[in-house]
Amino acid sequence: MSDQRDIRIEVPVLARVEGEGALELAIEQGRISELRLRIFEPPRFFEKFVEGHRCDDVIDMVARICGICPVAYQMSAAQAFESLFDIDPGSWVLDMRRAMYCGEWIQSHALHIHLLAAPDFLGFNSALEMAADYPDEVRRGLTLQTLGNDLIALFGGRSVHPVGLRVGGFYHAPSVQEVDAMRTRIDAAIPLAAALVGWCASLSLPDDRQSFTNVGLRHETEYGIYSGRLVSDRGLDIDISEWDAHIREIHQPHSTALHAELHGEPYLVGPLARLNLNLDRLPPETAQLARASGVSFPSDNMFHSMLARALELHMVLIEAQRLLEDYKVPQRAWVDWKPRAGVGFGASEAPRGTLWHRYEVDEQGRVTDARIVPPTSQNQGRIEQDIAQSLQQFGLDQDEEALRLRAETVIRNYDPCISCATHFLKLKVRRA
Amino acid sequence: MSRPKLAVHKFSSCDGCQLALLNLGETLLQLPGLVDIVHFAEAGPMDEDEPVAVALVEGSINTEHDLERIQRIRRNSDYLVSLGACATSGGLQALRNMADANAWEAAIYARPEVLDSLPTATAVSDHVKVDLALWGCPVNSRQLLGALRDLLFGVAPREERRPLCMECKRSGAVCTLVTGEATCMGPVTLAGCGAICPRKGRACYACYGPAEQVNAESLGRRFEGFGLLPEDVARRFHFIHSGAPAFQAAGKHFRGGK
Repeated sequence: MSDQRDIRIEVPVLARVEGEGALELAIEQGRISELRLRIFEPPRFFEKFVEGHRCDDVIDMVARICGICPVAYQMSAAQAFESLFDIDPGSWVLDMRRAMYCGEWIQSHALHIHLLAAPDFLGFNSALEMAADYPDEVRRGLTLQTLGNDLIALFGGRSVHPVGLRVGGFYHAPSVQEVDAMRTRIDAAIPLAAALVGWCASLSLPDDRQSFTNVGLRHETEYGIYSGRLVSDRGLDIDISEWDAHIREIHQPHSTALHAELHGEPYLVGPLARLNLNLDRLPPETAQLARASGVSFPSDNMFHSMLARALELHMVLIEAQRLLEDYKVPQRAWVDWKPRAGVGFGASEAPRGTLWHRYEVDEQGRVTDARIVPPTSQNQGRIEQDIAQSLQQFGLDQDEEALRLRAETVIRNYDPCISCATHFLKLKVRRA
Repeated sequence: MSRPKLAVHKFSSCDGCQLALLNLGETLLQLPGLVDIVHFAEAGPMDEDEPVAVALVEGSINTEHDLERIQRIRRNSDYLVSLGACATSGGLQALRNMADANAWEAAIYARPEVLDSLPTATAVSDHVKVDLALWGCPVNSRQLLGALRDLLFGVAPREERRPLCMECKRSGAVCTLVTGEATCMGPVTLAGCGAICPRKGRACYACYGPAEQVNAESLGRRFEGFGLLPEDVARRFHFIHSGAPAFQAAGKHFRGGK
């Protein structure tokens, strides 16, 4: 074609993502000459805010990094302090933390699938528009989201910035009656999640296979959620304290989010990476749904992220059901502890990927240095790589509106959390 | 009758206060029947400059661009609500106002000169007139829907002024300060959260900001009586709402006037 248009697409504020980001794309003579995912949410300095604060305060402070995944921040922090102080909070605390974490995955995955991602694949601008044609599907999503929020609140009093977690355990144990009522609702929600998996598998998704490294936590017996070793499908298998020897954060001038690279290369964290790495850790019911979906996992099609999210949502409902069986109120919901000086590491799987924390603490238990690597910084390099490959495959001669929508769809697929990463999007396509 | 237009704007924040809408469950589907949502980036609608009856503003003012944007939003809005801690007092992010932000940027970012960032994180009311402040980190759906309902009925929403102790007593919770010598901020903190911390047996940490006419210094002295170091007393005030004048002053008092 003689029309070698030069195009510049700019999406000044990305819709349906958490936080503020933009995309700038320039196409010159039929090739992508520039592609930048700009994160311009201003720097938020949380790592400096926590300096001088005591460990229990830090749990409440780091929650404020993200309104959608505060539990993940609290869990990674609690874990870091407990490993440093040699605290064993006991099996009741660890099981209930995992159950609370399941609540965050349920609400965040339900929110992302229904309110943020699905409108892309069905041709709507928002879930509220989609609700007119798909009322049952949207209602099902909102029911699951509410259940997840209420499961967090069971332990934390509220779902955004919950107040239940402390170093050594919880401030308070829920009553048997409260837990029984929650179990009844979880039982009723499992068939809804199974139907959601079938619905996500039935959506017509682009076939866009790419080569990337999957990274996530892997635990000896459980699906990686609360803890584990950091592994990849290309041979990485390390303790979380060895992070710095393998992963480096770099500051790109176009973004207030630091980019993380594994051995100098972009990599993927989040639902698809986790599922690819944890297939043998799925409960039999979820594994059966995965086989019946018609998609063969592990998958290298990023558009299967939404299906991975639905499968994970089903998995965590089963997991929460198991954890809350035979629930008993403990004598006390926490153990006592004493601080000591040193360095502690914590890593857990936020709904959108691995969240790593490192704290230096003095002998009084005050934080002297903190580092937090959120999932979106880790995925940022991979997202840019994916958009370039995805748009090449889609065809750079497509009209600007179609290019913009495809690029935005790719980005939303990662469920980027921009507020987290600034410590994110507008699309600009420029064709010259 | 035409539905009033509503916009939700975000500045620097965790997005948690917008969840007071997005977490409504099925009630969310009734919202478009009551208001015409013209701008709400996280939910999808994008028309930032459309004139609206009500603007909900989340987040604190942190950049040169923010300064220009908040003026534009004010001009386009009949009624402006600051939503949550960041918009209302600067939030946790206002802790930077007491520090050397340039040194912090240099510590975290390799090329701080490329950042568009002011040295402070400030409340919306520091820049434009705010018609209603909804405190809380985060605000909850009850507060927000209450205010929206009042506005739809054409009455002025009432701002909460009572301290948390009133709400806590009515909930039947046992006082953590009196019975447990916990460093509870309830006596100086605004009600509205449902006393969730004391009801779990833990001390309130003031995420709803200062109540009216508080005696913060007296409470701080009580904490010293429990054995807290002045530095730790100061940190009770310089936490989620260090930018609120009453807490700013109390924290400085216990830090020795620095």
